[in-house]
Amino acid sequence: MSAVEVHNLRKEFGRGGVWRNRKRALALNGVGFEVARGECVSILGRNGSGKSTLVRALSTLILPDGGDVRIFGYDVVKDAAAVRRVVNRVSVEASFFKKMSPVENLSYAARFYGLGLRETRERIPEILDRVGFPQSRRDSRMETLSRGTQQKVALARALLTSPVLLLLDEPTTGLDPRSKLEVQAFIEQIREAHDTTILLCTHDMREAEILSERIGILEQGRLLQLAPVDELLSHYGADTVEEVFLAATGHTVEDDWDETETEGLEVKS
Amino acid sequence: MTRATLAVRHELIGLFGVVERNAYLVKRYAVWELTWFVWTVANTLTIVFIAKGVEAAGGSLDVKQTTTVLLIGAVIWSYLGILFEILTQTVGWERWEGTIEYTFMAPLSRVVHLLGMGLFAVVYGLIRTVLLFFVVASFFTLDLSKADFWAAFVVLVIASISFLGVGVMTAVFPLISPEKGTQLGFIAQGMLLVVSGVYYSVSVLPDWMQVLAKFSPATYALRGIRHAILDGASVSDLWGDIWPLLVIGVVAIPLGFAIFHRGEIYAKRHGLLKRSG
Repeated sequence: MSAVEVHNLRKEFGRGGVWRNRKRALALNGVGFEVARGECVSILGRNGSGKSTLVRALSTLILPDGGDVRIFGYDVVKDAAAVRRVVNRVSVEASFFKKMSPVENLSYAARFYGLGLRETRERIPEILDRVGFPQSRRDSRMETLSRGTQQKVALARALLTSPVLLLLDEPTTGLDPRSKLEVQAFIEQIREAHDTTILLCTHDMREAEILSERIGILEQGRLLQLAPVDELLSHYGADTVEEVFLAATGHTVEDDWDETETEGLEVKS
Repeated sequence: MTRATLAVRHELIGLFGVVERNAYLVKRYAVWELTWFVWTVANTLTIVFIAKGVEAAGGSLDVKQTTTVLLIGAVIWSYLGILFEILTQTVGWERWEGTIEYTFMAPLSRVVHLLGMGLFAVVYGLIRTVLLFFVVASFFTLDLSKADFWAAFVVLVIASISFLGVGVMTAVFPLISPEKGTQLGFIAQGMLLVVSGVYYSVSVLPDWMQVLAKFSPATYALRGIRHAILDGASVSDLWGDIWPLLVIGVVAIPLGFAIFHRGEIYAKRHGLLKRSG
């Protein structure tokens, strides 16, 4: 059984206007792929390409309009409770209660996954040690920590719940180079230590290349490619992943998504 | 442990987690909590002084009794405000902090999540309400010699079941309208109290509003608490107000969960379960 099975996934959202003038825009358009247990797959895409919508669909936060998504055999709509027990995520925003300390935030998150007082007392310091979080800052408010440090706590939060599928939605975007390397190293450690399956959505080509076995390219809600890096390079006759992305989409990953690009995909409601 | 026992343990830990998180937040915002309490005292006083003001303007009324009637109305208004605000925060605050996606993708049933918010709201609200009552009462010379505070407290606790049901219904507003949803919670609070005789007898309302008053739990809560404090009515004397509260509670709680569930499905369908809405 695959860790993730996505078949013909479709999601559209209303955009602009009111009532009759409201348009529908396809965020995901027939996306399909599989991720094997223990594998790390990266999805590359520009802002607005549908990466976050894909992560939200896999984490039961949106209802697909069509298609089928299974996590370890559980359907994300019909078996949402079972899916939630095995999935966790780290997104671009560290997202914490800012006045609360890292330990308080981690305790709260752990309770939602059924971890009692004794378990959290033992595991939180252990996990914070592993991410290299200084002892002296554990009772500081989250808002006083740097973004890189907050992101380490976000990884610790995800790891605390022992997820078998970890969804990483641009986990290093906006971090300074040193923090970025530290977070990437920790992601590698998680994989080695826990045999966790990882789906990484990013627009950092280098990160995708370092961390994953296969790379997919998502453009305007369509998954254009999903293959190992060497296959992508030879398929497009390219030397770098950047060149592959340019050849596949006609854009660089930094190009901002423009609403007019999806006009052909829109469906008037 | 059996699978069922484990599942129950998991949910209870989650319930405790929600209460624990809110307790952390109260601790972290302690100065703001104190500031808000001072404002609530001031706001309550502006209403309760009306009785003395009417007398000073030449009106004829039993000042002590009217002051107590107004005090109970203002205190219940404040209590409802706390309950509705905390329940509305189930979505509103989480969206503001950006934690909403993590909370809503966690393996905790929504019913237990909302019950945790409700449990915290009731405990926190009761503590503040009792404090508010006695702090504001200390500004006046009231005749509380006959008051049965225990009976009043029991009515308030029983009324809380119905209030929670209504509060959960209002908690859905920020889910479906990130921009205006929180304000709609305050509107619901005002609508509930205006028909329930918050500062006056229900009998002064137009007939159609009196019909609505029969369906409002606040009507029975206000009447029962006033009866306990002004006339010394015991819990058994107040059965006539308690049983409607129980009936409304039995209907309101499941109805609240069902409405929230529908709201969550709507939010998931329209992609609203996210930080920016």
